[in-house]
Amino acid sequence: MKDLFAVIMLSGIYGLLSASFFVSMDAVDVAFTEASVGAGISTLLMLVAITMTGRTENPSRHKPLLALAVVIVTGSLLIYGTLDMPYFGSAQAPIHQHVAPRYINDSMQEVGVPNIVTSVLASYRAFDTFGEVVVIFTAGMGVLALLSAVRRPRDVAEIDSFNKSMYEEHLILRIVAKMLIPFILLFALYVQFHGDYGPGGGFQAGVIFAAAIILYAMLFGMNTARRVINQSFIQLFAAIGVLLYGSVGVISLLNGKNFLDYSILSADPIAGQHLGILLIELGVGFTVASVMVIIFFNFAGRRNNQQNKENNDSC
Amino acid sequence: MLIAATIAILVVMIMAIVRGIMGPTLYDRILAVNMFGTKTVLLISLLGFVMGRPEFLDIAIVYALINFISVIGVLHYSDASIFKRSDQQKK
Amino acid sequence: MNISSVLLLLIGSFLCISGGVGILRFPDFYTRMHAVGVTETLATAMILIGLMLQNPDGLVVVKLMIILLMTLFISPTASHALASAAVHNNLMPELDNKEDNKKVKSSNP
Repeated sequence: MKDLFAVIMLSGIYGLLSASFFVSMDAVDVAFTEASVGAGISTLLMLVAITMTGRTENPSRHKPLLALAVVIVTGSLLIYGTLDMPYFGSAQAPIHQHVAPRYINDSMQEVGVPNIVTSVLASYRAFDTFGEVVVIFTAGMGVLALLSAVRRPRDVAEIDSFNKSMYEEHLILRIVAKMLIPFILLFALYVQFHGDYGPGGGFQAGVIFAAAIILYAMLFGMNTARRVINQSFIQLFAAIGVLLYGSVGVISLLNGKNFLDYSILSADPIAGQHLGILLIELGVGFTVASVMVIIFFNFAGRRNNQQNKENNDSC
Repeated sequence: MLIAATIAILVVMIMAIVRGIMGPTLYDRILAVNMFGTKTVLLISLLGFVMGRPEFLDIAIVYALINFISVIGVLHYSDASIFKRSDQQKK
Repeated sequence: MNISSVLLLLIGSFLCISGGVGILRFPDFYTRMHAVGVTETLATAMILIGLMLQNPDGLVVVKLMIILLMTLFISPTASHALASAAVHNNLMPELDNKEDNKKVKSSNP
Protein backbone atom coordinates (compact mmCIF):
# COMPACT_ATOMS: atom_id res chain seq x y z
CA MET A 1 0.00 0.00 0.00
CA LYS A 2 1.57 3.25 -1.13
CA ASP A 3 -0.81 5.66 0.58
CA LEU A 4 0.80 6.38 3.94
CA PHE A 5 -2.38 7.87 5.28
CA ALA A 6 -4.31 4.64 4.77
CA VAL A 7 -1.42 2.80 6.42
CA ILE A 8 -1.77 4.99 9.49
CA MET A 9 -5.51 4.43 9.61
CA LEU A 10 -5.03 0.67 9.41
CA SER A 11 -2.30 0.71 12.06
CA GLY A 12 -4.72 2.62 14.30
CA ILE A 13 -7.23 -0.18 13.77
CA TYR A 14 -4.47 -2.66 14.56
CA GLY A 15 -3.79 -0.87 17.85
CA LEU A 16 -7.45 -1.09 18.81
CA LEU A 17 -7.55 -4.76 17.82
CA SER A 18 -4.43 -5.79 19.71
CA ALA A 19 -5.72 -4.09 22.83
CA SER A 20 -8.82 -6.24 22.49
CA PHE A 21 -6.54 -9.30 22.44
CA PHE A 22 -4.87 -8.16 25.63
CA VAL A 23 -8.24 -7.59 27.26
CA SER A 24 -9.43 -11.06 26.35
CA MET A 25 -6.17 -12.51 27.73
CA ASP A 26 -6.82 -10.70 31.02
CA ALA A 27 -3.75 -8.43 30.78
CA VAL A 28 -5.48 -5.27 31.91
CA ASP A 29 -2.44 -3.03 32.32
CA VAL A 30 -0.97 -3.95 28.96
CA ALA A 31 -4.32 -3.31 27.29
CA PHE A 32 -4.47 0.05 29.01
CA THR A 33 -1.02 1.00 27.74
CA GLU A 34 -1.83 -0.21 24.23
CA ALA A 35 -5.05 1.80 24.28
CA SER A 36 -3.41 5.04 25.24
CA VAL A 37 -0.02 4.70 23.53
CA GLY A 38 -0.51 2.36 20.56
CA ALA A 39 -3.89 3.51 19.37
CA GLY A 40 -3.82 7.08 20.62
CA ILE A 41 -0.65 9.04 20.82
CA SER A 42 1.47 7.18 18.28
CA THR A 43 -1.24 7.54 15.63
CA LEU A 44 -1.36 11.26 16.31
CA LEU A 45 2.41 11.66 16.17
CA MET A 46 2.64 9.67 12.93
CA LEU A 47 -0.06 11.87 11.42
CA VAL A 48 1.86 15.00 12.33
CA ALA A 49 4.97 13.40 10.89
CA ILE A 50 3.42 12.66 7.48
CA THR A 51 2.19 16.23 7.18
CA MET A 52 5.88 17.14 7.03
CA THR A 53 7.06 14.31 4.80
CA GLY A 54 4.26 14.01 2.26
CA ARG A 55 1.51 11.51 1.83
CA THR A 56 2.80 8.91 -0.56
CA GLU A 57 5.63 6.48 -0.25
CA ASN A 58 8.59 6.92 -2.57
CA PRO A 59 8.69 4.29 -5.32
CA SER A 60 11.25 1.74 -4.25
CA ARG A 61 14.03 1.09 -6.74
CA HIS A 62 14.84 -2.46 -5.71
CA LYS A 63 12.48 -5.37 -5.42
CA PRO A 64 12.39 -6.48 -1.78
CA LEU A 65 12.15 -10.19 -2.63
CA LEU A 66 15.24 -11.16 -0.65
CA ALA A 67 13.89 -9.36 2.42
CA LEU A 68 10.57 -11.14 1.99
CA ALA A 69 12.33 -14.50 1.82
CA VAL A 70 14.33 -13.71 4.98
CA VAL A 71 11.18 -12.66 6.80
CA ILE A 72 9.31 -15.79 5.75
CA VAL A 73 12.19 -18.08 6.79
CA THR A 74 12.62 -16.33 10.15
CA GLY A 75 8.91 -16.38 10.76
CA SER A 76 8.55 -20.07 10.03
CA LEU A 77 11.57 -20.85 12.23
CA LEU A 78 9.99 -18.88 15.06
CA ILE A 79 6.70 -20.70 14.60
CA TYR A 80 8.64 -23.99 14.57
CA GLY A 81 10.25 -22.90 17.83
CA THR A 82 6.89 -22.34 19.46
CA LEU A 83 6.08 -26.04 18.96
CA ASP A 84 8.48 -26.86 21.78
CA MET A 85 6.95 -24.33 24.10
CA PRO A 86 4.56 -25.42 26.87
CA TYR A 87 0.87 -25.02 26.22
CA PHE A 88 -0.81 -21.73 26.92
CA GLY A 89 -1.61 -21.51 30.63
CA SER A 90 0.32 -24.67 31.48
CA ALA A 91 1.48 -24.78 35.10
CA GLN A 92 4.79 -26.36 34.07
CA ALA A 93 5.80 -23.43 31.90
CA PRO A 94 9.17 -21.99 32.96
CA ILE A 95 7.62 -18.56 33.35
CA HIS A 96 5.45 -19.88 36.17
CA GLN A 97 8.37 -21.57 37.97
CA HIS A 98 10.94 -18.98 39.03
CA VAL A 99 9.91 -15.53 40.17
CA ALA A 100 6.22 -15.46 39.30
CA PRO A 101 5.10 -17.53 42.35
CA ARG A 102 7.09 -15.25 44.60
CA TYR A 103 5.46 -12.16 43.11
CA ILE A 104 2.01 -13.66 43.41
CA ASN A 105 2.42 -15.07 46.93
CA ASP A 106 4.64 -12.54 48.66
CA SER A 107 4.04 -9.19 46.97
CA MET A 108 1.12 -8.46 49.28
CA GLN A 109 3.33 -8.82 52.37
CA GLU A 110 6.43 -7.27 50.85
CA VAL A 111 4.95 -4.37 48.92
CA GLY A 112 1.33 -4.22 50.02
CA VAL A 113 -0.10 -3.06 46.70
CA PRO A 114 -3.17 -4.93 45.44
CA ASN A 115 -2.22 -4.59 41.75
CA ILE A 116 0.67 -7.01 41.30
CA VAL A 117 1.64 -5.47 37.98
CA THR A 118 2.30 -2.16 39.69
CA SER A 119 4.34 -3.77 42.42
CA VAL A 120 6.48 -5.64 39.86
CA LEU A 121 6.87 -2.61 37.63
CA ALA A 122 7.54 -0.03 40.28
CA SER A 123 9.16 -1.98 43.09
CA TYR A 124 10.73 -5.31 42.09
CA ARG A 125 11.80 -4.11 38.66
CA ALA A 126 12.10 -0.42 39.46
CA PHE A 127 15.54 -0.20 37.91
CA ASP A 128 14.18 -1.38 34.52
CA THR A 129 11.43 1.18 34.70
CA PHE A 130 14.01 3.84 35.48
CA GLY A 131 15.76 2.84 32.28
CA GLU A 132 12.51 3.19 30.33
CA VAL A 133 11.89 6.65 31.71
CA VAL A 134 15.40 7.72 30.79
CA VAL A 135 14.87 6.36 27.26
CA ILE A 136 11.70 8.42 26.90
CA PHE A 137 13.49 11.47 28.25
CA THR A 138 16.33 10.93 25.79
CA ALA A 139 13.84 10.65 22.93
CA GLY A 140 12.31 13.96 23.92
CA MET A 141 15.70 15.60 24.12
CA GLY A 142 16.62 14.17 20.71
CA VAL A 143 13.51 15.64 19.11
CA LEU A 144 14.23 18.92 20.81
CA ALA A 145 17.81 18.97 19.58
CA LEU A 146 16.96 18.04 15.98
CA LEU A 147 13.68 19.80 15.35
CA SER A 148 13.59 22.63 17.84
CA ALA A 149 11.71 25.37 16.02
CA VAL A 150 13.08 28.86 16.03
CA ARG A 151 10.72 30.72 18.26
CA ARG A 152 9.16 33.74 16.69
CA PRO A 153 7.79 36.60 18.73
CA ARG A 154 4.21 35.80 19.51
CA ASP A 155 1.88 37.53 17.17
CA VAL A 156 -1.16 38.51 19.19
CA ALA A 157 -3.09 39.76 16.19
CA GLU A 158 -2.59 36.45 14.43
CA ILE A 159 -3.92 34.55 17.41
CA ASP A 160 -6.95 36.81 17.55
CA SER A 161 -7.76 36.38 13.88
CA PHE A 162 -7.36 32.61 14.16
CA ASN A 163 -9.63 32.58 17.18
CA LYS A 164 -12.22 34.64 15.35
CA SER A 165 -12.33 32.30 12.36
CA MET A 166 -12.47 29.32 14.69
CA TYR A 167 -15.39 30.73 16.63
CA GLU A 168 -17.35 31.05 13.46
CA GLU A 169 -16.48 27.69 11.98
CA HIS A 170 -15.87 25.07 14.60
CA LEU A 171 -18.20 26.15 17.33
CA ILE A 172 -19.52 22.67 18.05
CA LEU A 173 -16.12 21.03 18.19
CA ARG A 174 -14.70 23.71 20.42
CA ILE A 175 -17.57 23.68 22.88
CA VAL A 176 -17.56 19.91 23.18
CA ALA A 177 -13.79 19.90 23.56
CA LYS A 178 -14.01 22.58 26.23
CA MET A 179 -16.42 20.42 28.16
CA LEU A 180 -14.33 17.28 27.71
CA ILE A 181 -10.82 18.56 28.43
CA PRO A 182 -11.27 19.10 32.20
CA PHE A 183 -12.77 15.66 32.42
CA ILE A 184 -9.87 14.10 30.52
CA LEU A 185 -7.35 15.79 32.81
CA LEU A 186 -9.27 14.60 35.86
CA PHE A 187 -9.37 11.09 34.48
CA ALA A 188 -5.63 11.18 33.89
CA LEU A 189 -5.12 12.07 37.54
CA TYR A 190 -7.42 9.21 38.53
CA VAL A 191 -5.38 6.80 36.43
CA GLN A 192 -2.17 8.17 37.93
CA PHE A 193 -3.14 7.74 41.56
CA HIS A 194 -5.34 4.69 41.18
CA GLY A 195 -2.50 2.64 39.68
CA ASP A 196 -1.91 0.90 43.00
CA TYR A 197 -5.39 -0.60 43.04
CA GLY A 198 -6.49 -0.99 39.44
CA PRO A 199 -5.04 -0.83 35.96
CA GLY A 200 -3.05 2.29 35.27
CA GLY A 201 0.01 4.15 36.41
CA GLY A 202 2.40 6.85 35.40
CA PHE A 203 2.89 5.89 31.74
CA GLN A 204 -0.79 5.74 30.88
CA ALA A 205 -1.68 8.81 32.91
CA GLY A 206 1.07 10.84 31.28
CA VAL A 207 -0.09 9.87 27.81
CA ILE A 208 -3.73 10.71 28.56
CA PHE A 209 -2.70 14.06 30.01
CA ALA A 210 -0.65 14.82 26.91
CA ALA A 211 -3.55 13.76 24.67
CA ALA A 212 -5.79 16.33 26.34
CA ILE A 213 -3.22 19.05 25.74
CA ILE A 214 -2.81 17.94 22.11
CA LEU A 215 -6.58 18.11 21.63
CA TYR A 216 -6.51 21.67 22.95
CA ALA A 217 -3.63 22.59 20.68
CA MET A 218 -5.38 21.18 17.62
CA LEU A 219 -8.68 22.93 18.17
CA PHE A 220 -7.50 26.25 19.57
CA GLY A 221 -4.32 26.69 17.54
CA MET A 222 -0.66 26.19 18.38
CA ASN A 223 -0.06 29.75 19.46
CA THR A 224 -2.90 29.73 21.95
CA ALA A 225 -1.67 26.44 23.34
CA ARG A 226 1.83 27.87 23.68
CA ARG A 227 0.42 30.72 25.70
CA VAL A 228 -1.22 28.22 28.05
CA ILE A 229 1.72 25.83 28.30
CA ASN A 230 5.09 27.43 28.35
CA GLN A 231 7.60 25.36 26.41
CA SER A 232 10.59 25.97 28.66
CA PHE A 233 8.39 25.17 31.64
CA ILE A 234 7.46 21.82 30.16
CA GLN A 235 11.08 21.02 29.32
CA LEU A 236 11.87 21.67 32.97
CA PHE A 237 9.11 19.27 33.97
CA ALA A 238 10.50 16.47 31.81
CA ALA A 239 13.77 16.77 33.65
CA ILE A 240 12.08 17.04 37.05
CA GLY A 241 10.34 13.71 36.46
CA VAL A 242 13.59 11.82 35.85
CA LEU A 243 15.23 13.69 38.72
CA LEU A 244 12.42 12.73 41.11
CA TYR A 245 12.71 9.08 40.13
CA GLY A 246 16.49 9.05 40.47
CA SER A 247 16.55 10.95 43.72
CA VAL A 248 14.20 8.45 45.36
CA GLY A 249 16.78 5.82 44.47
CA VAL A 250 19.65 7.92 45.76
CA ILE A 251 17.86 8.57 49.06
CA SER A 252 17.46 4.86 49.70
CA LEU A 253 21.12 4.40 48.70
CA LEU A 254 22.22 7.05 51.19
CA ASN A 255 20.22 5.38 53.94
CA GLY A 256 22.17 2.18 53.58
CA LYS A 257 19.85 0.10 51.40
CA ASN A 258 19.96 -0.88 47.74
CA PHE A 259 19.19 1.56 44.96
CA LEU A 260 15.41 2.10 44.77
CA ASP A 261 14.66 0.00 47.86
CA TYR A 262 11.75 1.97 49.25
CA SER A 263 11.41 0.20 52.60
CA ILE A 264 13.71 2.75 54.14
CA LEU A 265 11.60 5.77 53.20
CA SER A 266 9.34 5.37 56.19
CA ALA A 267 9.49 3.65 59.58
CA ASP A 268 7.00 1.04 58.41
CA PRO A 269 8.36 -0.84 55.34
CA ILE A 270 4.93 -1.18 53.72
CA ALA A 271 4.22 2.52 54.10
CA GLY A 272 7.68 3.20 52.70
CA GLN A 273 6.90 1.05 49.67
CA HIS A 274 3.64 2.92 49.13
CA LEU A 275 5.36 6.28 49.35
CA GLY A 276 8.15 5.18 47.02
CA ILE A 277 5.75 3.81 44.39
CA LEU A 278 3.67 6.97 44.54
CA LEU A 279 6.74 9.16 44.06
CA ILE A 280 8.24 7.25 41.17
CA GLU A 281 4.88 6.95 39.40
CA LEU A 282 4.61 10.71 39.74
CA GLY A 283 8.06 11.06 38.20
CA VAL A 284 7.12 8.74 35.32
CA GLY A 285 3.90 10.68 34.76
CA PHE A 286 5.70 14.04 34.65
CA THR A 287 8.31 12.83 32.21
CA VAL A 288 5.96 10.99 29.85
CA ALA A 289 3.42 13.81 29.67
CA SER A 290 6.07 16.48 29.13
CA VAL A 291 8.00 14.52 26.52
CA MET A 292 4.85 13.76 24.51
CA VAL A 293 3.85 17.42 24.56
CA ILE A 294 7.40 18.46 23.61
CA ILE A 295 7.43 16.08 20.63
CA PHE A 296 4.04 17.23 19.45
CA PHE A 297 4.83 20.92 19.84
CA ASN A 298 8.06 20.62 17.93
CA PHE A 299 6.55 18.60 15.08
CA ALA A 300 3.50 20.81 14.74
CA GLY A 301 5.41 24.04 15.30
CA ARG A 302 7.80 23.13 12.53
CA ARG A 303 4.88 22.46 10.24
CA ASN A 304 3.39 25.88 11.02
CA ASN A 305 6.73 27.50 10.26
CA GLN A 306 6.93 25.70 6.92
CA GLN A 307 3.42 26.84 6.01
CA ASN A 308 4.19 30.42 6.92
CA LYS A 309 7.32 30.33 4.79
CA GLU A 310 5.37 29.00 1.80
CA ASN A 311 2.74 31.66 2.26
CA ASN A 312 5.38 34.37 2.36
CA ASP A 313 7.04 33.00 -0.76
CA SER A 314 3.82 32.89 -2.73
CA CYS A 315 2.79 36.41 -1.73
CA MET B 1 -27.01 -13.10 26.14
CA LEU B 2 -23.84 -11.19 26.92
CA ILE B 3 -21.90 -13.56 24.70
CA ALA B 4 -24.41 -13.19 21.88
CA ALA B 5 -24.04 -9.41 22.05
CA THR B 6 -20.23 -9.78 22.06
CA ILE B 7 -20.35 -11.92 18.93
CA ALA B 8 -22.68 -9.43 17.23
CA ILE B 9 -20.22 -6.63 17.95
CA LEU B 10 -17.31 -8.71 16.66
CA VAL B 11 -19.20 -9.25 13.40
CA VAL B 12 -19.80 -5.51 13.09
CA MET B 13 -16.12 -4.86 13.74
CA ILE B 14 -15.18 -7.16 10.87
CA MET B 15 -17.59 -5.26 8.63
CA ALA B 16 -15.93 -2.00 9.66
CA ILE B 17 -12.47 -3.39 8.82
CA VAL B 18 -13.71 -4.47 5.39
CA ARG B 19 -14.95 -0.95 4.73
CA GLY B 20 -11.70 0.49 6.05
CA ILE B 21 -9.67 -1.56 3.59
CA MET B 22 -12.05 -1.08 0.65
CA GLY B 23 -12.98 2.53 1.36
CA PRO B 24 -12.88 4.42 -1.94
CA THR B 25 -12.47 7.82 -0.28
CA LEU B 26 -10.45 8.95 2.70
CA TYR B 27 -13.60 9.74 4.64
CA ASP B 28 -14.81 6.17 4.38
CA ARG B 29 -11.65 5.01 6.07
CA ILE B 30 -11.96 7.59 8.83
CA LEU B 31 -15.58 6.62 9.32
CA ALA B 32 -14.61 2.95 9.53
CA VAL B 33 -11.93 3.65 12.12
CA ASN B 34 -14.31 5.77 14.16
CA MET B 35 -16.95 3.07 14.09
CA PHE B 36 -14.35 0.45 14.96
CA GLY B 37 -13.33 2.50 17.98
CA THR B 38 -16.82 2.93 19.37
CA LYS B 39 -17.47 -0.76 18.87
CA THR B 40 -14.25 -1.55 20.73
CA VAL B 41 -15.53 0.49 23.67
CA LEU B 42 -18.67 -1.63 23.71
CA LEU B 43 -16.70 -4.86 23.23
CA ILE B 44 -14.42 -4.15 26.16
CA SER B 45 -17.26 -3.28 28.50
CA LEU B 46 -19.13 -6.42 27.45
CA LEU B 47 -16.00 -8.55 27.88
CA GLY B 48 -15.59 -7.11 31.36
CA PHE B 49 -19.01 -8.44 32.25
CA VAL B 50 -18.51 -11.77 30.50
CA MET B 51 -15.25 -12.39 32.36
CA GLY B 52 -16.50 -10.92 35.62
CA ARG B 53 -13.84 -8.23 35.87
CA PRO B 54 -15.62 -4.89 35.64
CA GLU B 55 -12.39 -2.90 36.13
CA PHE B 56 -12.05 -3.23 32.37
CA LEU B 57 -14.39 -0.24 32.22
CA ASP B 58 -11.43 2.07 32.85
CA ILE B 59 -9.97 0.91 29.56
CA ALA B 60 -13.29 1.50 27.84
CA ILE B 61 -13.30 5.11 29.06
CA VAL B 62 -9.77 5.61 27.76
CA TYR B 63 -10.84 4.21 24.42
CA ALA B 64 -13.79 6.54 24.11
CA LEU B 65 -11.55 9.53 24.80
CA ILE B 66 -8.64 8.42 22.61
CA ASN B 67 -11.00 7.64 19.76
CA PHE B 68 -12.42 11.15 19.79
CA ILE B 69 -8.98 12.72 19.96
CA SER B 70 -7.72 10.59 17.07
CA VAL B 71 -10.66 11.46 14.85
CA ILE B 72 -10.12 15.16 15.48
CA GLY B 73 -6.40 14.66 14.88
CA VAL B 74 -6.97 12.82 11.63
CA LEU B 75 -9.33 15.50 10.40
CA HIS B 76 -6.85 18.20 11.39
CA TYR B 77 -3.69 16.73 9.95
CA SER B 78 -4.87 15.26 6.70
CA ASP B 79 -5.87 16.37 3.26
CA ALA B 80 -9.36 16.32 4.65
CA SER B 81 -8.51 19.21 6.89
CA ILE B 82 -11.51 21.03 8.30
CA PHE B 83 -9.21 24.00 8.68
CA LYS B 84 -8.45 24.21 4.99
CA ARG B 85 -11.08 26.73 4.00
CA SER B 86 -9.91 29.38 6.42
CA ASP B 87 -6.36 28.97 5.09
CA GLN B 88 -7.52 29.45 1.54
CA GLN B 89 -9.47 32.54 2.46
CA LYS B 90 -6.37 34.03 4.03
CA LYS B 91 -4.48 33.64 0.78
CA MET C 1 -34.98 -6.95 35.72
CA ASN C 2 -33.09 -9.64 33.87
CA ILE C 3 -35.64 -9.83 31.05
CA SER C 4 -35.42 -6.10 30.41
CA SER C 5 -31.63 -6.32 30.36
CA VAL C 6 -31.70 -9.14 27.82
CA LEU C 7 -34.22 -7.25 25.72
CA LEU C 8 -32.11 -4.09 25.69
CA LEU C 9 -28.97 -6.04 24.80
CA LEU C 10 -30.85 -7.75 21.99
CA ILE C 11 -32.11 -4.46 20.53
CA GLY C 12 -28.62 -3.00 20.86
CA SER C 13 -26.98 -5.89 19.03
CA PHE C 14 -29.59 -5.72 16.29
CA LEU C 15 -28.98 -2.01 15.82
CA CYS C 16 -25.22 -2.58 15.74
CA ILE C 17 -25.54 -5.19 13.03
CA SER C 18 -27.88 -3.03 10.99
CA GLY C 19 -25.30 -0.25 11.19
CA GLY C 20 -22.63 -2.71 10.03
CA VAL C 21 -24.75 -3.81 7.09
CA GLY C 22 -25.32 -0.16 6.31
CA ILE C 23 -21.63 0.69 6.19
CA LEU C 24 -21.03 -2.18 3.77
CA ARG C 25 -24.03 -1.92 1.50
CA PHE C 26 -24.85 1.75 1.11
CA PRO C 27 -23.68 3.41 -2.08
CA ASP C 28 -21.84 6.57 -1.07
CA PHE C 29 -20.12 8.20 1.88
CA TYR C 30 -23.01 10.29 3.21
CA THR C 31 -25.49 7.44 3.32
CA ARG C 32 -22.89 5.24 5.00
CA MET C 33 -22.30 7.90 7.58
CA HIS C 34 -26.00 8.24 8.09
CA ALA C 35 -26.30 4.52 8.75
CA VAL C 36 -23.43 4.48 11.21
CA GLY C 37 -24.15 7.75 12.98
CA VAL C 38 -27.81 7.06 13.58
CA THR C 39 -27.49 3.50 14.82
CA GLU C 40 -24.32 4.01 16.79
CA THR C 41 -25.67 6.34 19.46
CA LEU C 42 -28.84 4.39 20.11
CA ALA C 43 -27.12 0.99 20.02
CA THR C 44 -24.44 2.11 22.48
CA ALA C 45 -27.06 3.53 24.80
CA MET C 46 -29.12 0.34 24.64
CA ILE C 47 -26.18 -1.97 25.33
CA LEU C 48 -24.80 0.16 28.15
CA ILE C 49 -28.19 0.48 29.85
CA GLY C 50 -28.62 -3.26 29.41
CA LEU C 51 -25.31 -3.76 31.20
CA MET C 52 -26.37 -1.39 33.96
CA LEU C 53 -29.42 -3.56 34.60
CA GLN C 54 -27.22 -6.62 35.23
CA ASN C 55 -27.05 -5.66 38.92
CA PRO C 56 -23.39 -4.66 39.26
CA ASP C 57 -22.21 -2.65 42.26
CA GLY C 58 -22.34 1.12 42.51
CA LEU C 59 -18.97 2.15 41.10
CA VAL C 60 -19.50 0.06 37.97
CA VAL C 61 -22.86 1.71 37.30
CA VAL C 62 -21.23 5.12 37.68
CA LYS C 63 -18.47 4.19 35.23
CA LEU C 64 -21.01 2.86 32.73
CA MET C 65 -22.92 6.12 33.02
CA ILE C 66 -19.70 8.06 32.38
CA ILE C 67 -19.11 6.01 29.23
CA LEU C 68 -22.70 6.54 28.14
CA LEU C 69 -22.54 10.29 28.68
CA MET C 70 -19.25 10.55 26.84
CA THR C 71 -20.56 8.52 23.92
CA LEU C 72 -23.59 10.77 23.71
CA PHE C 73 -21.29 13.79 23.49
CA ILE C 74 -18.51 12.38 21.39
CA SER C 75 -20.20 10.32 18.72
CA PRO C 76 -22.44 13.05 17.25
CA THR C 77 -19.59 15.54 17.44
CA ALA C 78 -17.25 13.24 15.56
CA SER C 79 -19.93 12.60 12.92
CA HIS C 80 -20.49 16.32 12.57
CA ALA C 81 -16.78 17.03 12.16
CA LEU C 82 -16.39 14.25 9.60
CA ALA C 83 -19.39 15.36 7.55
CA SER C 84 -18.39 19.01 7.57
CA ALA C 85 -14.85 18.08 6.52
CA ALA C 86 -16.26 16.07 3.62
CA VAL C 87 -18.51 18.95 2.55
CA HIS C 88 -15.67 21.49 2.77
CA ASN C 89 -13.54 19.33 0.52
CA ASN C 90 -16.22 19.09 -2.17
CA LEU C 91 -17.17 15.46 -1.78
CA MET C 92 -20.53 15.32 -3.52
CA PRO C 93 -23.26 12.84 -2.66
CA GLU C 94 -24.12 10.39 -5.41
CA LEU C 95 -27.46 11.20 -6.94
CA ASP C 96 -30.07 8.87 -8.33
CA ASN C 97 -30.25 10.47 -11.73
CA LYS C 98 -27.06 10.02 -13.76
CA GLU C 99 -27.44 13.37 -15.54
CA ASP C 100 -27.81 15.21 -12.25
CA ASN C 101 -24.58 13.59 -11.13
CA LYS C 102 -22.75 14.95 -14.15
CA LYS C 103 -24.22 18.40 -13.65
CA VAL C 104 -23.09 18.50 -10.02
CA LYS C 105 -19.60 17.40 -10.97
CA SER C 106 -19.26 19.90 -13.78
CA SER C 107 -20.57 22.78 -11.66
CA ASN C 108 -17.92 21.98 -9.06
CA PRO C 109 -14.42 22.68 -10.34
